[in-house]
Parts: sequence; C-alpha cells; structure tokens
Amino acid sequence: MTAYLLKRLAIALATLLLASMVVFAVLEILPGDPARLMLGLNASADQVELLRNQMGLNAPLAWRYLHWAGGLLSLDFGRSYTYSVPVIDLVRERLAVSLPLALIALALSTIIAIPVGLFSASRRGRAGDTISMGAAQLGVAVPNFWFALMLIYVFAVWLRLVPAGGFSGWSAGIWPALKSLLLPAVALALPQAAILARVTRSALIEVLNEDYIRTARAKGLPYRAVLWRHALRNAMIPVLTILGLQFAFLLAGTIIIENVFYLPGLGRLVFQAITQRDLIVVESVVMLLVAAVIAVNLLVDLSYAVVDPRLRSRQ
Amino acid sequence: MRLWKTILAAAALSLAAGTSVFAARTDLVIGIPLEPPHLDPTAGAAAAIDEVLYANVFEGLTRIGPNGEVLPDLAESWTISDDGKVYTFKLHTGVKFHDGTDFDASDVKFSLDRARADNSVNAQKGLFAAIDAVDVVDPATVKVTLKNPQGSFLYNMGWGDAVIVAPESAETNKEKPVGTGPFKFQSWAKGSSITLVKSDTYWGTPASLDKAEFRIVPDAAAYVPALLSGDIQAFPFFDPDSLAQVKDDPRFKVVVGSTEGETILSINNKKPPFDKLQVRQAISYALDRKAIIDGASAGLGQPIGSHMSPANKDYVDLTGRYPHDVAKAKELLKEAGLEKGFKATLKLPPPGYARLGGEIIASQLRDVGIDLEIIPVEWAQWLDQVFTKKDYDLTIVSHTEPNDIDIYSRKDYYFNYDNPAFDKLIADLGVTSDEAKRKELLGQAQKILADDAVVGFLYELPKVGVWDAKLQGLWENAPIQANDLTKVKWSE
Repeated sequence: MTAYLLKRLAIALATLLLASMVVFAVLEILPGDPARLMLGLNASADQVELLRNQMGLNAPLAWRYLHWAGGLLSLDFGRSYTYSVPVIDLVRERLAVSLPLALIALALSTIIAIPVGLFSASRRGRAGDTISMGAAQLGVAVPNFWFALMLIYVFAVWLRLVPAGGFSGWSAGIWPALKSLLLPAVALALPQAAILARVTRSALIEVLNEDYIRTARAKGLPYRAVLWRHALRNAMIPVLTILGLQFAFLLAGTIIIENVFYLPGLGRLVFQAITQRDLIVVESVVMLLVAAVIAVNLLVDLSYAVVDPRLRSRQ
Repeated sequence: MRLWKTILAAAALSLAAGTSVFAARTDLVIGIPLEPPHLDPTAGAAAAIDEVLYANVFEGLTRIGPNGEVLPDLAESWTISDDGKVYTFKLHTGVKFHDGTDFDASDVKFSLDRARADNSVNAQKGLFAAIDAVDVVDPATVKVTLKNPQGSFLYNMGWGDAVIVAPESAETNKEKPVGTGPFKFQSWAKGSSITLVKSDTYWGTPASLDKAEFRIVPDAAAYVPALLSGDIQAFPFFDPDSLAQVKDDPRFKVVVGSTEGETILSINNKKPPFDKLQVRQAISYALDRKAIIDGASAGLGQPIGSHMSPANKDYVDLTGRYPHDVAKAKELLKEAGLEKGFKATLKLPPPGYARLGGEIIASQLRDVGIDLEIIPVEWAQWLDQVFTKKDYDLTIVSHTEPNDIDIYSRKDYYFNYDNPAFDKLIADLGVTSDEAKRKELLGQAQKILADDAVVGFLYELPKVGVWDAKLQGLWENAPIQANDLTKVKWSE
C-alpha cells in the first residue's frame, strides 16, 4: 500500500512539473501585450515599453519561468498584472464561491442520480426505465445556460424567491449566500446528474448479470438487499470515476453558468485574465487546477481501494 | 401541486413585504458589463474605470457635462492670458479628500506633474503634453503655463485621466480610491460589485443617493431577468438586441442617446490595393450604412460620413458624399485596374458591432467583387496584430475617445494614412482657441477625410440605456465614458 501511494505521489509531482512548463510556454506564445491592453489606443510605444519594464515583462523568458515556478514551490503565486494584488488573494475570493457551488452541485447531482440509476436498472426495459432514461437523455441534451435562464424566470422573476444573479458574499450571512448559489447549483447539477444516472444504470446492469447476484438471489436474499448491498457497491467504481471528473469540471469549467448568474467564480477569473492577458493569473490558476485535478484523481484511486477490498490486498 | 403554489406564493409575498418602502429610495444598483481592472482613472485606459469613478468619486479642475460641454469642477473659475498660454484657476475652498486630508493648489500641481512626468504611465499622457509648468500661486490659486496655446486645454482637463488625486493616496488609488467627489468608495468584491456611499464632507451639492452599487454582469442574457426581478435597477449600457423584452414595459424607461464612438471600417492605407484612392472610394460606395445599422445595431445609431459625432457642435454632414452605389463602385475598381475584383482579409474584434457588421460588410463588398476572408480576433490579438504591427487589410472598430479626429494625423497610427494638408490643419487646430475658427478648421478636416475615403465611415455607436421608470438624472448621452450619479434620484 505504501509503495503504491509513493508511486502515485511521484507521478503526481512529475505531472505538475511538466504541466507548469507547458502552461507557461503556451501562454507566452499567445499574441497580445498586457501593457498595451492596459494603456489603450492613445498611449505611445515608449509608454507601453515603460509599463512593460515596470511589470517585469522584459526579463528573459527562462528567468521569468524560474522565478514563477520557484514562487509556486513556496506557495507564492505572484501578483496580478491588472489587479496588482497577490494572485492567491484573488483565487481565495473566487474559491469562496466556486468551491461551495461545486460541492452543492455535486451533492445534488449524486442525490438525484444514484436513486434514478438504481430505479432504472432494477426496472430495466420497463416503462419506468424508459421514462427516467428519456428524462436523463433530455437532461444531457438541454443547454445548461438555457435551463439556467428558465430557472431564473421561474424562481427569481416570477416567484421572487431567490435573486436573479450575483453573489452577496459570505459576510452578508450564510443564508443569503446560499440562496444566491442555489439556482446555479441546480442548473449545474441537472446535466451532471443525467450523465451520472446513465453511468450508474449501465454499471448496475452489468453487475446484475453476474453469477454472484444470481447466487445471492438464490440463497433467498430479498431483491432490494441484493441491489443495495451487492450490486451498488460493485458498480461504484465507474460512478466514482465520473464523480471525480465532474468535480474538477465544476470547479472551473462553469464559466457559462457563472456568466448567466454573474457569479464571481474561478471560471470567470480565468476567462477575464485570458482576455486581459493577465498571464500570471492564468498560469497560476491553471496550475492550481492541475493540482486539484491530480489530487481528486488520487483520492478517487484511493477510494477504489475502499469500495473494493481486492484492490487493497493486491497492492 | 396547488398546495405547493400556495406555499411558494406565500413565501414570495412575505419576502416582497419585507422590502416595501414608503419614502423615496436612496439606494441604486447599476449593471455594468465589464469589471474595471483597478480603480485609478489616472493609470489605465479601460472605460470601466471611469464608468464607476468619474464625477462620482474623482473630480478634475473642469469636468465634462451630460452633453459634452466643459463645466467648472474643482476650479470655480479661471482666466486665460491674452496669448492663450497661461491659465489661472481659482479653486474651491473647504474641499476635503475622502480620507480627511485637505485639497488645495498643491494637490493640483502634484496631480498634473505626476501625469506628465517621464515615468508616468497615464494612458492619455498626450492630454498634458502642452503643459510647460504648473505653479502654486496661493492655496486657492494655481497657474498652468502652456508651451503653446491649446484650443482644447480646458476640455482635456475634464477627462477622467486628469482628475485630481492627493499625494497621500495616489499610490493606493488602484485598490482604495480617494477623491473629492460626492461619493466615496466603500468596497470592491472582485468579480462581483463595487459599492460607493455618499460622502458627508462633500463641498458641493450633496448626492441624493446614499448608496450606489455597480454590479458586474458580463452576459447580456442576464440583463432582462435582472431588471425584471428588481435586483438591478439600471443598465446605462444595455444590449440593443434584448430591447424587445423591455421596451413596452411601463416599469422601465428605454433611452437611446449618442456616444463619441465612431464605428468605422478601418483600411490599411499603405497596403496595395488600398493605397489607391479609387479602391477606397469604391469601398465607400459599396457600403450600405442603413443595412449595417439595422443588422449590427438593431437599427439604432446615426450614419456618419466622416470622423465626427453628429451630436458634436462642429459636425458636418458628409453622409451624402458616397451614397450606396454598386455600379459606381465597380466603375472605380475598373479605373484602378481591378475589374476582376480582388481578395482581402477583414479582422474582427469581439464586440457585436464588429462581428455582426463584418458579416454584412463582407456581403456588401462581395457585390462589387471584393472577396473578404473574415478573421475573428480577440482584443489582445487585435491590439497586437492590427493596432501595433499594422498587419491587416480591413478591420472594424469603434473609436470611442471624444474629439479624436487628430488620430488621422498621428505618425505611425494603424490607418497608415499620410496627408500633409490634413496634418497642417490639425496642427493649426491645436493652437487655435477661437470657437468660430475651430469650427471652420474642423469642418475642413472632416471633409478631407471623407474625400480621401481614408476609412469606411459607418455609424455613431448608440448609447442604449434601460432603467427603472422612477429613476431620474442618469445621462442620456455618453459624451465621455461615465455614469455620473451626482444628480440621480428616485421620484415619489
């Protein structure tokens, strides 16, 4: 087990190092000058040069990479060109929105998907299965920004239960903050739930065809007990894999939903930083996300071992 | 189901009851599309900075009024020497910065000297180029000596980039702006909103609003629901394409005004075949402005025939110079030896006027035999390739700076246009303060640009504002980029 863990950690670190090089190189060849963007059309070339010097953009590439990567090691993510505040402060503010949002959406998606998947698998081919899988198909197909707008019109414009968008901040109280995350979480969760339900169903169906399920039924266990205790547990591995991928996506891939609800999330920070060529922010946030994805994958790998004792003994 | 609806309705009612008001409101939430990168108007070109802070938090010696006029601000009055080179400003007394420090002539000297210093990164440094010296006469009087008379000096001092800052706070204005205006900065939740509150120590007429929050709403799809739900009460820059949903709703007011944004089809004047006058004129004849305005700007926006806003007092109507005439365009191309037509590229930055307008213009030019390849670019790419490296044939952009006809005389500007007669006019204009003479010169300048068909002049970008019908005092036009809240109040 320890060897397994160490190996996974070494791979994770190598991936991080490689990613940092790729991210830095790719962004450096992107056309566009942050200094010119800040100064606009009326500034002279000399002035742009002056600002480039002040921002440290004229230093050699290798030196800037080492400076940045070295900073990352000591958890110093540098300062934003445009906001001129430490990147870590920006990220912390955005995570206060994105992390709870991702967690709520993930929880909602799981709560909806697992029972639907179980229901469908146990009624395979019957009307209930067709209806719920049809609904899941619809959930995958409906564009989430459209679904989000419909939610806004019903719950914010018509019923006035929640705000149409924006984020009140946690300092305004837990409830108002949660209220402003509720609709976006639902809008994010539904398509994810639809995918997850389909995966759960097909994983379960595969397991339900196994011999040991027949044996369990044959020795007289009730169907429900077989489903929950034997089938679901064995079907968890693909489900956990998808959940891990979904969490990484929900953390930063939610730019469209963040825009529709004008939430100050991580996705928008990156998007804005790209358009303003605030390279240091993009580079640092992308690295954080790489680290998060690697960490989640590591966790998922470890959780396999929890659900499947065979994996534990094999290592 | 019925029970659910009852419960929901009851919940909604109880929420609504909590927010009912009897006296006129004193708070306002304004939606803006872009977040300012920082909050110092003297250190960046982004319009979003001025749209939050100009006139509200920061003030200059002069200011620009709702219709583009120059008004006194921190300077109560001024005198100009006979040779037009010395401006003596009499300042208001008893003015305090929001951090409690006093404002006087030394702050004016500090601000102007800082903006024109060698190491200054003021985005509009050109505004201060004519200043030779700034002298403090006494705490309430400041004397500015120019190198040469400058017709637009008082206007220049009204720009957001020329606001007066204090030495104590100048370096931290980006995060915590400290000005002398009727509102003071309260908080900035990055990515979300910027909140201003009324200043109790304001020297002039106090604001009616106690609190104003600028909320950043990047997606136009969110504008209408935000208005309908009451979360946001004003969008001074609304999306013209979403107007249908609010224009017949009596709860809202739709106000269409003008901006200083000349939307043009820029032409690389040095790159063959665009170096030929006939080719550029052919393009002008090929353009159908009405179709472009209808398609790219929801039918709103006035056609222009040169580089001047129709709202400007010195505007000359030259829209008849090149009427839409396909046959004439083809004839000119033939004269230029291009009767078979030619291929060129059209680089389009992200705004809707460029992306939508570009499709329409490409089809209009195809009718006369010019085959355009459309290349969408981001702003950063546009600035790099088109504006800086001049690697382009045609592009569409709105030049939103006010009174910027002089850009055509700038050396090395991305139009690659070079006409000594035009440069002479602009040089003369720079040293002319007489209004009638200026009008004459500006008229000639507009005419030269139209005759030379330097670029394809399309239309003046409209300012479409939508706000709560009970709200009064927001600007109808946008002579400069600002959301002046000093006179805004709720009726009732």
